[in-house]
Amino acid sequence: MEIQITLNNRTIKSNIEPDCLLIDWVREHGCYSVKRGCETSNCGLCTVLLDGKPVLSCSMLAVRANGHNVQTLEGLQEEAKDFVEFIADQGADQCGFCNPGFVMNTISLLRENPNPTDDEIRAYLSGNLCRCSGYEGQLRGIRNYLNSKNK
Amino acid sequence: MEHKDYKSVGKAYRKKDSMQLLLGKPVYVDDITPDNALVVKILRSPHANAIVKNINTDIAKKIPGIVDIYTWEDVPKNRFAIAGQTYPEPSPYDRLILDRHVRFAGDAVAIIAAEEEKAALKALKLIKVEYEVLEPVLDFRTAKDNTVLVHPEDDWFAPCAVGGDPKRNLVASDTDVHGDIDAVMNDCDIVLERTYHTKAYQQAMMETFRTYTSLDRYGRLHVISSSQIVFHVRRILSHALNIPKSRIRVEKPRIGGGFGAKQTAVCEMYPAFVTLKTGRPAKIIYTREESQIAASPRHEMEITVKLGANNDGTIRALDLYTLSNSGAYGEHGPTTVGLSGHKSIPLYTGNLEAHRFSYDVVYTNHQAAGAYRGYGATQGIFAVESIVNELSEKLGMDPTAIRDKNMVREGMVMDAYYGEKANACALDKCMEHCKKIFDWDKKYPVRDMGNGKVRSAGVAMAMQGSSISNVDVGSAMIKLGENGTYNLTIGAADMGTGCDTILAQMAAECMECSLDDVSVFGADTDVSPYDSGSYASSTTYLTGKAVEMACDDLKKQICTIGAEMMDCDTEDVVFEGNKVSTADGKKSVSITDIAYKTQVNSKYTGIGVASHTSPVSPPPFMVGMVEIELDKYTGKVDIIDYMAVVDCGIPVNPALARIQAEGGIVQGIGHTLMENVTYNAEGKPIESSFMQYKIPTRLDMGSLKVEFENSYEPTGPFGAKSIGEIVINTPGPAIAHAIYRATGKWYRELPITPEKIAMDLIKDM
Repeated sequence: MEIQITLNNRTIKSNIEPDCLLIDWVREHGCYSVKRGCETSNCGLCTVLLDGKPVLSCSMLAVRANGHNVQTLEGLQEEAKDFVEFIADQGADQCGFCNPGFVMNTISLLRENPNPTDDEIRAYLSGNLCRCSGYEGQLRGIRNYLNSKNK
Repeated sequence: MEHKDYKSVGKAYRKKDSMQLLLGKPVYVDDITPDNALVVKILRSPHANAIVKNINTDIAKKIPGIVDIYTWEDVPKNRFAIAGQTYPEPSPYDRLILDRHVRFAGDAVAIIAAEEEKAALKALKLIKVEYEVLEPVLDFRTAKDNTVLVHPEDDWFAPCAVGGDPKRNLVASDTDVHGDIDAVMNDCDIVLERTYHTKAYQQAMMETFRTYTSLDRYGRLHVISSSQIVFHVRRILSHALNIPKSRIRVEKPRIGGGFGAKQTAVCEMYPAFVTLKTGRPAKIIYTREESQIAASPRHEMEITVKLGANNDGTIRALDLYTLSNSGAYGEHGPTTVGLSGHKSIPLYTGNLEAHRFSYDVVYTNHQAAGAYRGYGATQGIFAVESIVNELSEKLGMDPTAIRDKNMVREGMVMDAYYGEKANACALDKCMEHCKKIFDWDKKYPVRDMGNGKVRSAGVAMAMQGSSISNVDVGSAMIKLGENGTYNLTIGAADMGTGCDTILAQMAAECMECSLDDVSVFGADTDVSPYDSGSYASSTTYLTGKAVEMACDDLKKQICTIGAEMMDCDTEDVVFEGNKVSTADGKKSVSITDIAYKTQVNSKYTGIGVASHTSPVSPPPFMVGMVEIELDKYTGKVDIIDYMAVVDCGIPVNPALARIQAEGGIVQGIGHTLMENVTYNAEGKPIESSFMQYKIPTRLDMGSLKVEFENSYEPTGPFGAKSIGEIVINTPGPAIAHAIYRATGKWYRELPITPEKIAMDLIKDM
């Protein structure tokens, strides 16, 4: 079937199988930042923005994005760069495999709530698993970023 | 021990790959290998123990897009081990690529090679298999000398004598005694005997197992795999496929987490076999389900500890018996078990007069176990630290005081640790430091918060090793580039830990240059100097030392070239980072000019190389303290604070060391409170997805605080020991202790779930 999706500001027409998942579609279109960690919508690694809202692309048919805007980390490099440096300073990137999903959801958090409390950060990102960092370093990084911005 | 100030070592630099990772660049196996490779899928046994009587692939092969399907009849008949260990491996050769006898629900029955995934998935359903279902061995307590044998085959082979006997379902067995254990035990005022049980936790790294294979331009097998052990994978594939090692090249790109799972060649053989058969590129990506049911989890262990002490809290004797469940195959079975005693008993070297440590490792029809961060020490420390907590509660002594009285201290010889001396040990300072930041004296007493909620605290100590003594090899090669910068090439594997960066910090320290002037490459069997790989907490300690030695090697060459250029003797020049000068300081040549000199009319390589091995494995030490809030109505345990102080020698990169500790603690919290691996009555695994296998989220770990007490390890690079594994060892016993404080009940089996606690507390109400 024919679909049309605006992926990172580029409108793409494509012919897909009806059961094609959004994660596979965006990876086929070069967005390798989008990772599959679990297949059961438990890990948050495959998070992309659909019309600006975070969704799990492993649990969404590509056809549902027909006519919509999809953004991956490839399309949000500048917005991400600002705060990920603070994650890097903590060494909390670690293996990096969960980073894109975590970054996408953090971008979304900060757009919705530019000055979250620690508990709001934990709650918003609770669907983003990380097995390496123990989460505390990610929290410190986000906190340091917010502090630097609020100076 | 005093040491000089370092310029690059000891600094919290960002990882060299940080921005690439955080900005989602394509750096992992599936991102960098072609999409048009053959898709490889595995048909897996639904039975825990069965013989493939008949297998019909004819219909499945007719599906458009199926290239071929392989069964046990198609694969080489020589047994091998997939454990990533130094040759000859202590693990038995008990595997075939595909075996007619399948030994766990999930064991491989057929390999499918397809042009696309959909065809492969369809074929999975259309392969007709007739099984002769056998009775499985599912309880590891009944495995030894069971009439059902997991490995009845006659070609089972053990490269090392480790006490295994497949006719008894034994992978390994041994006893180690020091002193007259029975006499000392009899002489003690108090003897406790308890049995503890830990489970087969999954590493649950975010990137599942995956491998890409192709034939390179010379017709050699080129393997790109998410692996901690490229050199071992080369050897394992050579054994499995019956082809020379010289025909195989293995490299790893960035790895999406390992934690030991990728110290076993879990999936490499399947696409490699397909590529050899078809001549075409092939790729296997394990699903999360496969990574849950057919992977390489921790060894389930049941540990019976007998502790002898005097009424004043002096711990005089420890006697451990460990029963370890290796599952269907023996990977890492004979070695993990050793750590359950050798890395728990030495914590109490202080007054220990005698110890005994004996073990059996058994085969069962569970998923085969493997290496997981902590590697047996985690299990042993849960047992030993728990029984010491039980002793302190029994004697009414503060558990930190009982440890102060008995713990190993710097300079002591640890009889239970191969007679090694603790050259660098700040465990006593870790305890003092942790008590202070945690506010132990205030938090140890149980506090009723109202509403049925209780706050309490627990404590545990831990140790590990740094590399496998007299076995592991760490290597490094450093090359001078023409602009006076360096390429560091290693065979160790950065799996997110940051070893590429910390090894570069060491190189920068040695070469007196900036961190940016050192590029790192690893790991590739065609390019890297031989390294055992990244496991056994070896990389910082062993490969780090090799970096230091390779730099010394290169510096000598640089000085020789510089001396020739200045027409003086090598002894008369000094290396000064960006230049080589005469001792009197009158003449000098820049490092850039020396670098260019290696490219013209030169007999020098401009390359320093070194390999290193160590006769000792210096233990890092650690103290962990936890405060919990327990809900007596629901049994729910919330972690409030987890604080730890670690002695890893000199932390080469304090930020990365801290993240190691925090990550390890949260994994340990998961194992203690929620993660479990269970099987149904037929031996089918229950927790086959993250839906059922719950790992901690950021709502489950409270707040963490990690600090350091430095010691200086004289045999390590810049005084460093290790950090990667020890950090997972304290949560089990510390949390079980806090739960006892809150409930009055000792939980000796993990995980300690709300259900278990609530059901027990209901009985009291």
